[in-house]
Amino acid sequence: MCGIAGLIHRGKSSNVGSELQGMLQALKHRGEDSTGYALYGDTDGENFIMRFKVGENVGEGSSSIMEDVSVYDERKKIVDQYLSEMGARVIKEERTLPYSLRYEIKYDAKDLLEFSQKIESIPGVEILSMGKSLEVIKDLGNAKMVCDRYSLDKLVGTHAIGHARMATESGVDIKSAHPFWGYPFSDVSVVHNGQLTNYWNNRRMLENKGMRFMSECDSELIAVYIAQKMREGASLEEGMKSSLTGLDGVFTYFVATKDSLGMAKDTMAAKPLVLYESDDLVAMGSEEIAIRSVLPQEIDTYDPFDGEVKVWQI
Amino acid sequence: MANLKTSEKKSKAQSMGMHTEVLTGRTQQKFFNPDEAENFYYFGTYDVDFNKRTDLDVKEMSAPEANKEIDNLMSQGYGTIVIKNPQGKHSLGVGILNKLNLIFEGSLGYFGMGSCDGPTVRINGRVGWSCAENLMAGKVVIEKNAGSCFGAAIRGGDLICKGSVGARTGIDMKGGTIIIGGDAGAFTGFMMQRGRIIILGDVGINLGDSMYDGTIFIGGSIGSYGSDAVDAELTKSDQDWLTRKLKVAEIGENFDVSKMKKIVAGKKLWNYDNLEPTEKKGAI
Repeated sequence: MCGIAGLIHRGKSSNVGSELQGMLQALKHRGEDSTGYALYGDTDGENFIMRFKVGENVGEGSSSIMEDVSVYDERKKIVDQYLSEMGARVIKEERTLPYSLRYEIKYDAKDLLEFSQKIESIPGVEILSMGKSLEVIKDLGNAKMVCDRYSLDKLVGTHAIGHARMATESGVDIKSAHPFWGYPFSDVSVVHNGQLTNYWNNRRMLENKGMRFMSECDSELIAVYIAQKMREGASLEEGMKSSLTGLDGVFTYFVATKDSLGMAKDTMAAKPLVLYESDDLVAMGSEEIAIRSVLPQEIDTYDPFDGEVKVWQI
Repeated sequence: MANLKTSEKKSKAQSMGMHTEVLTGRTQQKFFNPDEAENFYYFGTYDVDFNKRTDLDVKEMSAPEANKEIDNLMSQGYGTIVIKNPQGKHSLGVGILNKLNLIFEGSLGYFGMGSCDGPTVRINGRVGWSCAENLMAGKVVIEKNAGSCFGAAIRGGDLICKGSVGARTGIDMKGGTIIIGGDAGAFTGFMMQRGRIIILGDVGINLGDSMYDGTIFIGGSIGSYGSDAVDAELTKSDQDWLTRKLKVAEIGENFDVSKMKKIVAGKKLWNYDNLEPTEKKGAI
């Protein structure tokens, strides 16, 4: 089992980094192999924020192969070179950890697919997120450990989704951790609780259409599936509704874009979700205790029914 | 009563080394002996006074700590306990085998009031998955909504939710009554074996899927029927029972029970009506 949580403030910003940390930490008993945050921060919307990794966390519990840190530096150099070749100018650079970087980039993007393919052609390099508001931060450990490691508790924004993972379908590593970026769409992210049973059929079909998979985690399929639907012209909600029949298995998942947050629940309602909805805030999680971490007062919550899809705007 | 202790017949299972234990437990030997009055009570239950009332704030307690304190209060004779700040914690109020008037001022998480036998409970909030699982007797009333697997495998008692419930309500239930004031999700009454479910609102897909026995009453629309679930005639005695039950449950006032649909199992299983071992003992 895994735990998912999300919240969206409507009409205002809040300290979503700290709020999501509290929600995910309340769900840590559902899995603490890794924790991931997709945070939609307040930005001027001018530049892209690219979160990417040049290696894996090889700490305790990791299923990744140990590499020399010098390899990370080599990979970073090639990333810098490719960015320069594509006309992308790095405005600000942060290296939180040897393997994890955050760039603010000035880039007149026409096609993020081509951009991403170029960067990810470097072995060991993966873009975790690309967007003008979205930042995906994921690493091994529970919510508090990851939050402290990346200083996320001060991030102010409108909405966020996150995931506390118990590894079942794939290894304990960052590449299999949620959230998944809705590659190659700017500012789209996905978290999922459940198991998908037609993963390989869908993956083969989507790869034939030019979509990319970075892990063997079944949850990544949701991000790619919806991204493909959006490429074909569907809205976010249409793509999510299509997934109810296109994806087989049990699932509850969240999708976020730069100005919206949505949830979908499979037709058997096999995975839990509790929802709180008011005029200025929507909060949801695998268990009510996640919502209680941001709303300790007595509130009205409910479980969405089977096959339900909902989308909220900021 | 049957003397299980003297049973030494070598079975195939024993010859395979699977089980050689001789049954000597209290429930096997004594619990159902009607000649011994004290054995009608569970070990560790208390004589409580419903007029003796206290509050318990569980905000800073873990679920085991809170449950232990409830037990402690019962041991002091408190028959009415008000739980403050449950805050969605899991497994609160589990395993109460006592007569008790228990009130929760707030919502519970998963497995609230699980494996209980006897208490009367009012929850002024919402409950998470598997509320009152394995309830044997008593009454549990939820004022707001409930999650999935509501009343899973209950054997007796009344379980009432005034709001809506998630999927698989009454899954595997073997007795008792579940009453829902609002709507219910998919697979309601999945594999139910006995008892009754009353839904005043709409219900999702696969209603009564694989049900063995029992009865489901639906006031609203039905998403779809599960395999083995079929319509049955709503009799006058059904209507009388529904009216009485809703009144006692303080739910659905003025609800027109004559328009409800009655759903039962459309199959008959071999040996299904054989008594359970415990029922056999009661009959001896």
